[in-house]
Amino acid sequence: MKMKQISQVLAVTALISISGVAVAASATMDKIKSSGAVTMGVRESSIPMSYTTGDSRFDGYHVEACRMILNDIKDKLGMSTLRINYQPVTSQNRVPLVQNGTVDIECGTTTNNANRAKDVGFANTLYVEEVRIAVKANSGINSISQLAGKKVATTTGTTSVQLLRKHEKANGVNFDEVFGKDHADSFLLLESGRADAFVMDGSILAGNIANAKNPKDFKIVGEVLSTEPIAIMVPKNDPEFKAEVNAAIAKMVANGKMPALWDKWFLKPIPPKNVVVGLELSPATKNAWANLNDKPAEDYAQKK
Amino acid sequence: MSLDLGVFCKSTLDGEVVDHCFSSLFGLGQNADPSYLDWLMQAWGWTLAVAGLGLTIALIVGAVMGTLRTLPDTGRGSRTLVRLATAWVELFRNIPVLVQVFLWYHVIPAFIVPLKLLPSYWLVSIALGFYTSARIAEQVRAGIQSLPSGQRAAATALGLTTTQTYRYILLPMALRIVIPPLTSESMNAIKNSSVAFAVSVPELTLFAMQAQEETSKGVEIYLAVTALYALSAFGVNRVMTLIEKRSRIPGFISPSNNAGLAH
Repeated sequence: MKMKQISQVLAVTALISISGVAVAASATMDKIKSSGAVTMGVRESSIPMSYTTGDSRFDGYHVEACRMILNDIKDKLGMSTLRINYQPVTSQNRVPLVQNGTVDIECGTTTNNANRAKDVGFANTLYVEEVRIAVKANSGINSISQLAGKKVATTTGTTSVQLLRKHEKANGVNFDEVFGKDHADSFLLLESGRADAFVMDGSILAGNIANAKNPKDFKIVGEVLSTEPIAIMVPKNDPEFKAEVNAAIAKMVANGKMPALWDKWFLKPIPPKNVVVGLELSPATKNAWANLNDKPAEDYAQKK
Repeated sequence: MSLDLGVFCKSTLDGEVVDHCFSSLFGLGQNADPSYLDWLMQAWGWTLAVAGLGLTIALIVGAVMGTLRTLPDTGRGSRTLVRLATAWVELFRNIPVLVQVFLWYHVIPAFIVPLKLLPSYWLVSIALGFYTSARIAEQVRAGIQSLPSGQRAAATALGLTTTQTYRYILLPMALRIVIPPLTSESMNAIKNSSVAFAVSVPELTLFAMQAQEETSKGVEIYLAVTALYALSAFGVNRVMTLIEKRSRIPGFISPSNNAGLAH
């Protein structure tokens, strides 16, 4: 009798604590389970990471990775179907939308840095961006040291602008900077000869070159100017959800899915125009897969 | 929402607080690396330079084109000039200013190669100047046509040539009449100069977009930029009011109320 009472009390306490943990630990998981839907933040034109293929369909390296992650989470929650709503985001609104819960998981091109980590959480890095230099193939420029006194294009509102300033100061060289209002505009500056080089994230350079009238006229040269982890963004105060996402990422990497995913988006023709981005897998990204981590960009800078 | 104005004292290179935040503005100290405040002031300078140059072009071209549109029909020469001025006005006011800026920066230099050598702020100023000139031309025309027809008739009766009629009779009155709308156009020139960011002029709008990305302090940056735009436009307003007061002739097209309220 007494034993039964005790076990009853224990059972009740256990129940309370389990449900208590479930409610407090992962609001996102609860929301996904109760609504049967999840909202994925995507970009409109970040080829090939996250972009629209028309008709409000979205695809890309990060988007496909996120679909695999969400599939895992669906299985874990014991759901038969999970509806994915795509919410296009911009550089300006992506952090607030994750903060206020409009977006459950953002799969775009967000750099994981200490400043943003105050507001949102970052999953383990699957892609490491390298800032490179694109020039005309016949320009004879092979390294950043040859750019002294030359016109260097970059895009307003990106970290590359600050990077160029730092580089000028550190090496005592002087570039003549020209600013495009967006990446396509910056590339036009290079194409029309108003700039001798375009300094930007490697994937963006490769994507723009792939879409150019004559991709053979351009090439990516020189040393890596900076390395930044691009990561999937999740809500900050939900460590349980982040752990689930990271577990799914670890599973993808362990199953050897990543090299195939890279091939599909960076080395093979991709929709909608069937162009090839042609960006080889970098050692930095390979390293991120081998040692999964969510270190911010600041840690990458110190490593050098 | 608390404001962190300390962001303006930070270095644009490493984000550390600089030694001479405000004193460097007055030339008292020199920062090793520029702070965001230094950069903001530089950007303000570019905004004023582009707007000033654009406005100068606009006032000169606009006054000429507006005058030409009112020429009396005295033969084929004057008809051609009227048509030319009308075409000018219609061409430049029917195209959005941002498109005009791109035309001057990307398209026209592809055909007229020497224009490539001009710095981009000149091309923007030309685009902004021509756009504003079309609007100013219409106001000048309105001013001239608002004068009683007896003025022109009297000038002809005195034996003045067309040039003399405009120089001594019509324009001195018409230009005084159109000062209030010209004030608006001058203030518009300051505000429209924000399109210059699109062709790589490092002015206030470009500063705002870039600095907010680097510092994540968008609210503070945009508030500062807004204040400087408002201050610049208000400054133009005051100067134009002063000109309006100084150029007023007592008993002659004088407003019935205070001139300061007229715009």
